Amino acid sequence: MKINDFSFLIGGEAGAGISRSGFLLAKACMRGGLNIFGVNDYQSLIRGGHNFYIVRISDGEIFSQPDQVDLLIALNAETVMRHKNELVSGGGIIYDEDDIAANGETLGRKDLRFYPIPLKRTVIDELKEPHNLIMRNTVALGATIAVTDYDFALLEEILRDTFKPEVADLNIRAARMGYNYVKQNFEGDFGYRLKKTEKAGKERIFLSGNEAVGLGALKAGCKFYSSYPMTPTTGLLHFMTSNERSYNTIAMQPEGEIAAINMIAGAAFAGARAMTATSGGGFCLMSEGLGMTGMTETPVVIMVGQRPGPSTGLPTYSAQGDLKFVVHASQGEFPRMVIAPGDFEECFYETMRAFNWAEKYQLPVILLTDKYVGESEVSAEPFDVNRVKVERGSLIMHDYEGRKEYGRYEITETGVSPRAVPLCKGVIIHANSDEHDEYGVTTEDPGITTAMMDKRMRKLDMIAKEIEERNIEAVKFFGPEEAQATIISWGSTKGPIREAMKLLALEDITTNYLQILYLHPFPKSKVEEVLDRAKKTIVVEHNKTSQLSSLVRDHNLRKVNHKILKYDGRPFNPGDLAERIKEVL
Amino acid sequence: MRVVDAKDLATSAKNTWCPGCGNFGIVSAFKNAIVELGLEREKVVIVSGIGCHGKIADYVNVNSFHGIHGRVLPLATGMKLVNPNLTVVGFSGDADCYDEGWDHFCHAIRRNMDLTLIVHNNMILGLTTGQTTATSQAGFRTKSTPFGSITPPLNPIAHALVSSGTFVARGFAGDPKHLSGLIVEALKHRGFNYIDVFQPCVTFNYLNTYEWFRQRIYKLEETGHDYTDKQKALQKSFEWGDHIPIGVFYKEERPTYRDNLEHLKGLALTEFSLEDIDIEPIIESMK
Repeated sequence: MKINDFSFLIGGEAGAGISRSGFLLAKACMRGGLNIFGVNDYQSLIRGGHNFYIVRISDGEIFSQPDQVDLLIALNAETVMRHKNELVSGGGIIYDEDDIAANGETLGRKDLRFYPIPLKRTVIDELKEPHNLIMRNTVALGATIAVTDYDFALLEEILRDTFKPEVADLNIRAARMGYNYVKQNFEGDFGYRLKKTEKAGKERIFLSGNEAVGLGALKAGCKFYSSYPMTPTTGLLHFMTSNERSYNTIAMQPEGEIAAINMIAGAAFAGARAMTATSGGGFCLMSEGLGMTGMTETPVVIMVGQRPGPSTGLPTYSAQGDLKFVVHASQGEFPRMVIAPGDFEECFYETMRAFNWAEKYQLPVILLTDKYVGESEVSAEPFDVNRVKVERGSLIMHDYEGRKEYGRYEITETGVSPRAVPLCKGVIIHANSDEHDEYGVTTEDPGITTAMMDKRMRKLDMIAKEIEERNIEAVKFFGPEEAQATIISWGSTKGPIREAMKLLALEDITTNYLQILYLHPFPKSKVEEVLDRAKKTIVVEHNKTSQLSSLVRDHNLRKVNHKILKYDGRPFNPGDLAERIKEVL
Repeated sequence: MRVVDAKDLATSAKNTWCPGCGNFGIVSAFKNAIVELGLEREKVVIVSGIGCHGKIADYVNVNSFHGIHGRVLPLATGMKLVNPNLTVVGFSGDADCYDEGWDHFCHAIRRNMDLTLIVHNNMILGLTTGQTTATSQAGFRTKSTPFGSITPPLNPIAHALVSSGTFVARGFAGDPKHLSGLIVEALKHRGFNYIDVFQPCVTFNYLNTYEWFRQRIYKLEETGHDYTDKQKALQKSFEWGDHIPIGVFYKEERPTYRDNLEHLKGLALTEFSLEDIDIEPIIESMK
C-alpha cells in the first residue's frame, strides 16, 4: 500500500474540459496538504484531438511530472488505448464501460485494476442532465476520490470555491454519484491511497509559471502590457488583461508582435514599466524593435516562452531551441539581459528583478521560459512579496530645472545616463534609433560612434559588477560539492534534473547540478569555478545542437564531456533522464 | 516652457534635406502651429520613422523619439496611453506609413488613439535614392520600377475613412499657411487626427512636382464641403486627376481609446505608485 505518493492521468477529447477537471482534482489534493505538479498536454486544435493532464501528488517535495502513472482517468476509449502502457503494475483505470470494454485480456495488462463506471449513463439517468454530458468528468472525479480513499469533503470544498452555487451543487451531486458507485461496486483493493496531511488547509496556492510571471509583473509595477496571443505565453495575456482594472494598468492585445514591442517601447519612454510576451515566431517579428530598445536605451521586459521550431513547429509543446537566438537577436551589438527561470518561484522573483535590471541599466531584459515551465501548474507556498524591492535607477520624473543642459545619452563612467521622462520640467528628451550624440541628435561621426558603443556596452560590465557585489544568484548549485558527475542546464530542465538526482542517489550515484539562471551577460567565473572541480560534466537541454554547450565554449573556452539532448517537444521524465545520465557515466 | 516664437523650437542640428524639399514647408507649418497654440515644449513629443521625414526629430526642439521604419504609430500609441497629458505627434512618410507600417495605420485609426499623424507623402522613397511606394502613380518609373509601376496606388484618405477615422485631412507642403491651419485644427481635436501631406521630392520625383500639385489642388473649404458627411467625404477621397482636394475631408467626435479605459479616470500611468502594490487578493484566489 502506497500512501501519498501518487499520480493520475486524466485524458479525453480536446474541448471536453480535461485540464479543468485535472485542475479541480489537483487543487482538492493541495487543500489536503499534498504537493502537486501538473502538466498539461494538448494539441493545436480546439475540438476532437486528444488532450491529457498528468498530475503527480506527494507529501514530499516534487519537481516534475512522474515517469509512469498510477491511475488513468479515461474520458474516452482513446485515452485507454494510448496510455495503458504508461501505467505502473498494479495501477488502475477508471473508464466508461459504454466507451470501451476494457479488461486485462483485451488490453494485455492483467496487472491492472479496472473500474468500469457508467459515467455518461449516470449523467443521463441519475443526474437527469442529458444535455450536459461534460458532467461525466465530475462523476469521474468523485470516483477517483473513492478509489484512492481520499476525503470527499475536500473535492466538495473546491467545487464550491470554483463554481456559482447552483453549478457547484450540480457538480457535487455528480461527484457524489461517482464516489458512491465506486464504494458500492468495488472492494477497497487499490494499492494507492491519499490522506490529508498536517499541512491541510487554505494556505498554499496553485498556479502556473505564466501566472507567477504575471504576479511578479504586477507586484513590480508593470503598468503597461501589450502582447499578441501566442502559445505558450497567451496565459500571461489573459492574466494581465483580467487584472487590468483592479491594478490600474493597461493590458491590451495589439495588431501584432511588431506593434507590441514598439508600444511597450513608447510606454517605457513615457515612464511606465512595460512588458510584452511571445514565443519564438513572435520574437522574430520583435527583433528589430528589440534592437531599437537597445539603441535608444529604453527599458522593457520581454518574456519569450519557447516551443519547438523551426517555424510553426509544434505549437503547443515545449523546447529550448531559442537560447542563442535571444542572446543574439537583432542587428548590431547592444547590451541586453537574458534570464531563464527554471521553476515557478524563479518566474515570480526574476520577473520582479527583470524590471529592476531593465530600468537601472536602461536596456531590454528577456525572460526566457518555455511551455513546460509556463503552463505546468504547481502547489506552492505564497511568495515573499518583499524579497525584491522596486529599484528604478537614475529616473528623473518631475524636475530637472537649474541643472546643466540635459543630455539623454550623457556619457558617464557607468554607461548609464540620466533617464528623464516627457513632461519633466526643464528637460527636452531626444531618443534616437540612429547613432546619436549625448543629446540624442543623429550623428555619423566616427569618434562619437565609438564612444557611444563603448558607453552602452559598459552597462554589461556594471551589471556583472552588481551581480558580484550584491551576491545575486546568476547561477544556482545543487547537491554535494564532490560528485561523480556535474549536470549543467538552464531553464525548465531544472525540475526533471532534480528528480533524476534523487533517483540516482538511490543507486549510490552522486551527482551535483549547476543551473545557469542568467545566460547573458554570461556568468563566466561562476561557471568556471564549477567546471574546475567537476569530474565529469553533462549538459542537459531540450534542443538539437546543445546551445548551452556552445555558450560555455564561447565564454569559458571549455568543452563539456557529455550532452543529453531531447527535442521531441516533451519534457524529460525523471527516470528516463536518470537512465541517460547513467549511460554516460 | 511655453513656445512663443518659432525660434524657441530651433535646434543646432545641421539640416540635411535637399534645398527646396517639401519637408521644409511641413516643419515650418508645424512650428507655426505650436506657436499659435502656445504649447509647452515639455509637453510635446514628436515620433518619427525612417526616411527623409524622420530627421524632423533633430530639427524641432521638443521631445522626440526617432524610431524605426514603419513603427511611428505603435510607439506613439504606447506613449499616449501611458500619459494622456502629452501632445503626441507622429511624423511618417508614405513608405514608412503606407508600406512598412500599413497595418498600424488602420488599427491606430480604428482605436481612435488621441494622436496626430502627419504623413510626408512624396510618392517615392527619397532617402534610398528613388524607388516606388504605395502612393506612387501607376506607370511611374523609378529605380525599382524601371519599366513603370504596374500597380495602382493606395488611397490612404479613403482607407482612413473606412477605418472609422475621426479627423481625416490632406495638406500641401507648398502651402505651409494652409497646412499650419490644418495642424492647429488637428491638435485641437480629440481623437486620431490624420493629415496626409503632399510633399514634393525635388530630387527623385520628376512627376509629382510643386507645379504638378499647384495645377490640380483645390481647397475643400472653399467649395462648401460638409466635413460631417461621411459619404461625401468618401466621394471626395476618390477625386484624382485634374482636380485633387486638400483640406478637411471628415471630422467627428467619438470617445478615444483611452476614454474607454474608465478605470484610469484620465490619470497618467506614471501617477500610480509602484510601492506596496497589493497582490494578496490574487494570491488568495489561487488558494
